[in-house]
Amino acid sequence: MNNALKTLTNGILKENPTFALVLGMCPTLATTTSAKNGMFMGLATLFVLVCSNVVISMLKKLIPDKVRIPAFIVVIATFVTIVQLLLKAYAPAVDAQLGLFIPLIVVNCIVLGRAEAFAAKNSVGLSALDGIGMGLGFTLSLTVLGLVRELLGSGKIFGNTVYDGSYATLIFVLAPGAFIALAYLMAIVNKLNKK
Amino acid sequence: MVYFLIFISAILVNNIVLSQFLGICPFLGVSKKIDTALGMSAAVAFVLTLATIVTYLLQQLLVAWHVEFLQTILFILVIAALVQMIEIMLKKVSPSLYQALGVFLPLITTNCCILGVALIVADQKKLLAALPGGAEYGLLSGTIYAFATAIGFGLALVLFAGIREQLALAKVPKAMQGTPIALLTAGLLAMAFMGFSGVV
Repeated sequence: MNNALKTLTNGILKENPTFALVLGMCPTLATTTSAKNGMFMGLATLFVLVCSNVVISMLKKLIPDKVRIPAFIVVIATFVTIVQLLLKAYAPAVDAQLGLFIPLIVVNCIVLGRAEAFAAKNSVGLSALDGIGMGLGFTLSLTVLGLVRELLGSGKIFGNTVYDGSYATLIFVLAPGAFIALAYLMAIVNKLNKK
Repeated sequence: MVYFLIFISAILVNNIVLSQFLGICPFLGVSKKIDTALGMSAAVAFVLTLATIVTYLLQQLLVAWHVEFLQTILFILVIAALVQMIEIMLKKVSPSLYQALGVFLPLITTNCCILGVALIVADQKKLLAALPGGAEYGLLSGTIYAFATAIGFGLALVLFAGIREQLALAKVPKAMQGTPIALLTAGLLAMAFMGFSGVV
């Protein structure tokens, strides 16, 4: 039980994929123009991460060691295609917002990294928990980054106006703001972790 | 003239790293020295152009057979196989080039700018949105776009590596050391590149 809890919380705090491991930077920077977009990107990755972790951990004895990376990629790409089709059918607005970055979950290093480092060595249950923990950690950091950028860049939180948008600093919703906001968030996390 | 505009647009205005956020991992990972940055850029330019041509042709097959939903799986497998093949061929044909690019080739499979550009070029609407006005959809403009994008990636990477080499000598607050200061530098570089917006 203790072990299971540890696996679950590992991804959220200690090995947070964005702030501690610095993985999956492309979707982190590109899709966090608002808190909602960041959250949906995180949830899509969470789904792929949990499913691929479970399937890979079930198949770990069947996959020969030499071809394991291509085999993992096929499993991951299958689930990414499922997410892509589901979003197109049920949430076309989200699909249009996230665009290219949904198929690009395939090359997100977090998913392949967890498959290789965790799912290929552990039981199905633990792999599922690891997927949930890592996915939640990723979703959380994307939502926080989206929140900061949305608040500073357009004066809104989850689409609700907080202050007059004309006083907002537009640069935070544009490309340079993504880098700068993430840099300072990461510095704050570093500072807090040291204590 | 249109092809020249594609170059300007893909290298300066819509730089793949600094305004479209593709290929950030190698951008942060292999930018500590100018030499490695140059090697990585050359390898990316090579693979990106070839992969785009191959995936563009395969996309025509997918459309002809009405199995477009296989796009993501097929493209990533083709790119992985292509990288392997290029590695084996380079080893035989040009050992010196292999020496220079060798270490970077396996890393390229998971570089999202390869798959990203392949997906953009395969989609008529996305490619036309990425190209300057007046360009037509086709293999030629797609290939030129891919090559120009790779040059843009190289330019951003080498510039960034140059700055980071200088930065290694600077005194940085403890919490900002490592990735945060690199991201901040990238942010300023992105701001500089924003000055090109509206040129094409």
